[in-house]
Amino acid sequence: MSSSGIVFSIIAICAILGGLMMITLKKVMHMTVAMILTYFSIAALYVLLTAEFVAVAQVLVYSGGITILMVFGIMLTYHKAENRDEEKVSSFRKLITFLSVATLGIVSYFLVAPVDFVAEEIFVGDHTKAIGEILYTNYIIPFELVSILLLVALIGAVLLAKKDKEEANE
Amino acid sequence: MSSIPASSFLLLAIILFCIGLYGALTKRNTVVVLISIELMLNAANINLVTFSKYGLTPNLTGHIFSLFVMAVAAAEAAVALAILIALYRNKPTILIDEMDDLKH
Repeated sequence: MSSSGIVFSIIAICAILGGLMMITLKKVMHMTVAMILTYFSIAALYVLLTAEFVAVAQVLVYSGGITILMVFGIMLTYHKAENRDEEKVSSFRKLITFLSVATLGIVSYFLVAPVDFVAEEIFVGDHTKAIGEILYTNYIIPFELVSILLLVALIGAVLLAKKDKEEANE
Repeated sequence: MSSIPASSFLLLAIILFCIGLYGALTKRNTVVVLISIELMLNAANINLVTFSKYGLTPNLTGHIFSLFVMAVAAAEAAVALAILIALYRNKPTILIDEMDDLKH
């Protein structure tokens, strides 16, 4: 196995380990922290795929932003929630779900196993500059639409989460 | 770099997607379901970035689209948590199967 293969194996094991910890841990806060391992592993995977800008964006948005958002969501609601109600999900339902998901995974594996594309050096030099140029020429309209979407989501989140006037008066 | 076959990246994405799908279907805590959905979006992102390096016509479009997916995922998480907090104020539960007020 080559050196990059070993690096890939370590990253893949870390990513899957983080996912499995997210599934099996008892406390919600621990699950959220376990996901940071997966997010960082996926960022390392992007570096391996020579997508440095996407890797940095992954660390900023997921490990930084979304994890903090989830932690605040847990703390503002029921932060002592250990999954003691987890037993209410019947093990029969868990088994059925597991079998369905495993079937999906196995079928998808047989779909991707014959894929043998060769990696090509898509771009030599500064990826970030090239991404910026494409973003501001070919994809300028989706880029602006995303900015509007983020603005709408920001205003919507503030409106949804803030108290109503009658509620505040009570 | 080219020694890693494309199918191993795709296999890792499948495994992460399946873990996320299992979590989203079996967990009862709303925040955990949201985290599972984020994991599924991440798995899709791995596929996009993989096919921007491997494939018949590799180019930077995959990177662009994975960035768009990240932006949409961030907006989705923010709105979902705002809805969760608004719901929690009316009915103190975070279990997703007890949030059925609109059903009755």
